[in-house]
Amino acid sequence: MSSDEAMMITTTVPARPVYAPGSPLDWGTPLVGGAIVRDERVAPRAPWSAIIAAGDVLTIVDVGGNQSADCLIFDSHDTGERYSVPDTLTWQGNAYVREGTVLRSNLGGALMTVVANEVERQDTIGGACSKESNTLRYGHHTAYQHACRENFLSEAARYGMGARDLVSNLNWFMNVPVESDGALGIVDGMSAPGRRVALRADRDVLVIVSNCPQMNNPCNDFNCTPLRMIVTRA
Amino acid sequence: MSERYDEADGAAERVLADVGAARADARAQGSLASDWMPYLPVAETPFLPDDVDPGSLTWAETVAPGGYTHLRVARGTRIRFDDPTGDACAHLLLFNALEPGERLNVADTQKIPWQAYLGEGHPLLSGDGRVLATITTDNSGHHDAFCGTSSDAWNVRRYGDAAPEGPSPSGHALFVLGGAKHGLASRDLPPSISLFQGVRVGDDGGFLWEGSSGPGGAVELRAELALIVLVANVPHPLDPRHDYVSGPLRVHAWRDRVTDPTDGLFSRSPELRRAYLNTIAYAEVAGQ
Repeated sequence: MSSDEAMMITTTVPARPVYAPGSPLDWGTPLVGGAIVRDERVAPRAPWSAIIAAGDVLTIVDVGGNQSADCLIFDSHDTGERYSVPDTLTWQGNAYVREGTVLRSNLGGALMTVVANEVERQDTIGGACSKESNTLRYGHHTAYQHACRENFLSEAARYGMGARDLVSNLNWFMNVPVESDGALGIVDGMSAPGRRVALRADRDVLVIVSNCPQMNNPCNDFNCTPLRMIVTRA
Repeated sequence: MSERYDEADGAAERVLADVGAARADARAQGSLASDWMPYLPVAETPFLPDDVDPGSLTWAETVAPGGYTHLRVARGTRIRFDDPTGDACAHLLLFNALEPGERLNVADTQKIPWQAYLGEGHPLLSGDGRVLATITTDNSGHHDAFCGTSSDAWNVRRYGDAAPEGPSPSGHALFVLGGAKHGLASRDLPPSISLFQGVRVGDDGGFLWEGSSGPGGAVELRAELALIVLVANVPHPLDPRHDYVSGPLRVHAWRDRVTDPTDGLFSRSPELRRAYLNTIAYAEVAGQ
């Protein structure tokens, strides 16, 4: 009996939904040139983090298509300086993230820049899902389900951070339009298997990602798939 | 300062060489008023809101242009903001006073009501699935939940200076000061919302400046939990005017009640109903 077989257990915890067998997966390649210095696969529903050195580029691959990668960014030398939705949007005068968007901190400084992007627009308005907000959005029967805020909390804890360090985030490959009357919501995505976004670190940054486990809205196409994170150095 | 008192005294210089003279001089100033000050006792506010019983009033203040205030309010407090000149912009942060890790979450405040623009009936939600406060009254409709407040970097670029003691304080610098008085630091400050200067989102995502609805704007919040409220009264970061233009902001608070199932607001949407249920249950299980 192999060790894998020895570890095959049955469990009574509720289902951990991941992608359907046969889902198309495209693991992609780096979106920019340079030597690969990090290349990791993020399981569906799992957190991930890495420190990216100034000048390096992080390519995030939407392997299964329309899989939201909820993302926070910190100055790795002073995590009190961190990604800020309003500073990013105010400085560019626009509510959506696209190629060229400078991802700014709560102090207005540049943390990373979107240097390449294969999705029409990326979201930073919709925030992260949480067990708590799921009770408002879908009902108390969803309170037991895993959520991005859980991933953020457990990953941030590895760096000595907690709830006070979590703020509104980026959602790569998620689609949140603002309609003319202010109506806002998560709708079907505009991504596809293998679509990518590339972020250049403008200083040394800590990037924390939650591979979103949400199964109650279209942010993951109701099919939680992996992500690939590739760091390249020119 | 000395110039002002020289005028008041009609004297060329003030000789305060002994404690008695200095004490008398200091005490003589106590009856002076300024255009921006807290009013105590609160019932003596010159700006008592209509239909408010002075006996229920708990706070009354005018915040200076470029100034800030910070309140710790009881659950069930009503808080009113008035913009008498049309040039105030009230940047707000709310925290659960007992567990300040729970605080305003702008993303949830826009996402859960399915509405990006703030107005009457809009809940100001925390990231913990609860309503920190409800906008119960709004005659302005010109507000913003996208752009946050000004950073030091923004105001230095825009006006040449951002220091609290300078001519163009940033909202972030003032939030840092207000927060520090409740044990909160910069990392405790999430994205904020602002009242009285409106922004809309165009078809391409570009921000459209709407500005003020004019003098006389008024917004009331109902504190659904005990809150720390930080208020920075600084120009909206997208205010297109060349100069740093900020008007006085009046803040009044009085004892009221929380939203309950008898309110129309309580069941205005299924999301809101569950948010109020969570909030009430949280308070009651903690014995508040």
